[in-house]
Amino acid sequence: MALDLQPLGVPPPRPRARWLAPLSIALASLLTIVPVVATVPFLPPFGLLMLLGWRMMRPDALRVWVAAPLGLFDDLLSGQPVGSAMFLWMACMLIVDVLETRIVWRNFWQDWLIAAGATGFVLIAGRFIASPISAKVDAALLLQAGASAMLFPLASRLCAWLDRDVVKA
Amino acid sequence: MAPPRNRRPGFSRRAQYGLFFSYVAAIGLTLIGGGLVLVSRYNPHLFSALRSTVAEVTTPVSSGLDSVRRGIGSVPEAIGSYFGVRGENARLKRQIEAEHAALQRALGLERENQRLRLLLKARDATPETIVVARLVNSSASSTRRYATLNAGSWQRVAQGQPVRDGAGLIGQVVEAGPNAARVLLISDPDSTIPVRRANDGLPAIVTGRGDGTLDVRAANAAANPFRPGDLLVTSGTGGVFPPNIPLGRITQTGRDNAVATPASNPDMADFVMVLRVFLPEPAPPPQPFPTATPKPKAK
Repeated sequence: MALDLQPLGVPPPRPRARWLAPLSIALASLLTIVPVVATVPFLPPFGLLMLLGWRMMRPDALRVWVAAPLGLFDDLLSGQPVGSAMFLWMACMLIVDVLETRIVWRNFWQDWLIAAGATGFVLIAGRFIASPISAKVDAALLLQAGASAMLFPLASRLCAWLDRDVVKA
Repeated sequence: MAPPRNRRPGFSRRAQYGLFFSYVAAIGLTLIGGGLVLVSRYNPHLFSALRSTVAEVTTPVSSGLDSVRRGIGSVPEAIGSYFGVRGENARLKRQIEAEHAALQRALGLERENQRLRLLLKARDATPETIVVARLVNSSASSTRRYATLNAGSWQRVAQGQPVRDGAGLIGQVVEAGPNAARVLLISDPDSTIPVRRANDGLPAIVTGRGDGTLDVRAANAAANPFRPGDLLVTSGTGGVFPPNIPLGRITQTGRDNAVATPASNPDMADFVMVLRVFLPEPAPPPQPFPTATPKPKAK
């Protein structure tokens, strides 16, 4: 069996997460093109879930600012006003960055809690940006936020599976 | 669990500056995003070119997936209809017998109606169907209710045109790209449609509630005059929607408003029809005076 040693002076191969992470987030945003004409918001924000999955597991795979262009792409697909996901996703990333300086050693439950808070924040703030206060969407929105929070472990597993080319220490 | 590999760049000054500036860029992009939210609040169709560019690429994919979905979805229905067809045949025969008399009476009324209209010289703008297409996807993760139509300005679809199916009104085209268009469904919180009650013509305003139902307010009555079961049809006021398209039926009544369920389910509609705007805006009246009179040169 070959030893996993890196020769000195040779840079290690770039992990594919560097390009796969943004690509997988954009593809997850594209899931809203499923051929269903919905009467209530029932699809979770898959792009945001993948973004959080990558952010929690491999912060070095994403550039600091990458949430903004990905959010803009999501806005063009999701039907939200342009700029809402760009603003809210980027705000989430900055908040997670701040939290990371406070809670350094985290376990998966804490990651899940942070992700649930972030998806809830994005969905509820997006509702106030997109729809008038009088719209009766709140029950569906809470269900959607709950379902999204429940889906975070799956997104996290998917990110880990996509990231399996890296030899973990 | 160990902390994940973070972005701390070590002692390299260059890497530290790079990280600093990427945070500057991140915060700047956040602010730009906030600005875009404000801009699109006041001018929601400013970015329609960008959106329809993306829709041009995604709509064919959605259309393909849609035909697959309909193909699979029709299998149980086909099996069921094979067994149900004998009983249905007998039932329909009985029904035809029963309705024959009513049909004769209706034909008589129709002839009389035509004759009376001829006497009145009433000129009807007949709603003209522009294209028949499918709704292929929707804003399923957002609280707004948009759907994508797989036809666009190449098929003469334009902004403002009403969209209906066999059962009733579905929405209105808000953005039209070359081969795809965005339809604002009637259940969207921003959609407002003038209607009237079918049996007595009581005018009302229908607004979407965002959860698939409609909010109905009588236009001129202080109390709530609606009863459950009332049928609402478009009134033609405003000149966008042709009159007498069914919109929905009242299901609950409140103190000053009522809740209606839409007559058509856009997800079940096989095809939808894009109609011409009922009464297009008249040409601007000729101005009595030219606005920019060339001033004679002062000497």
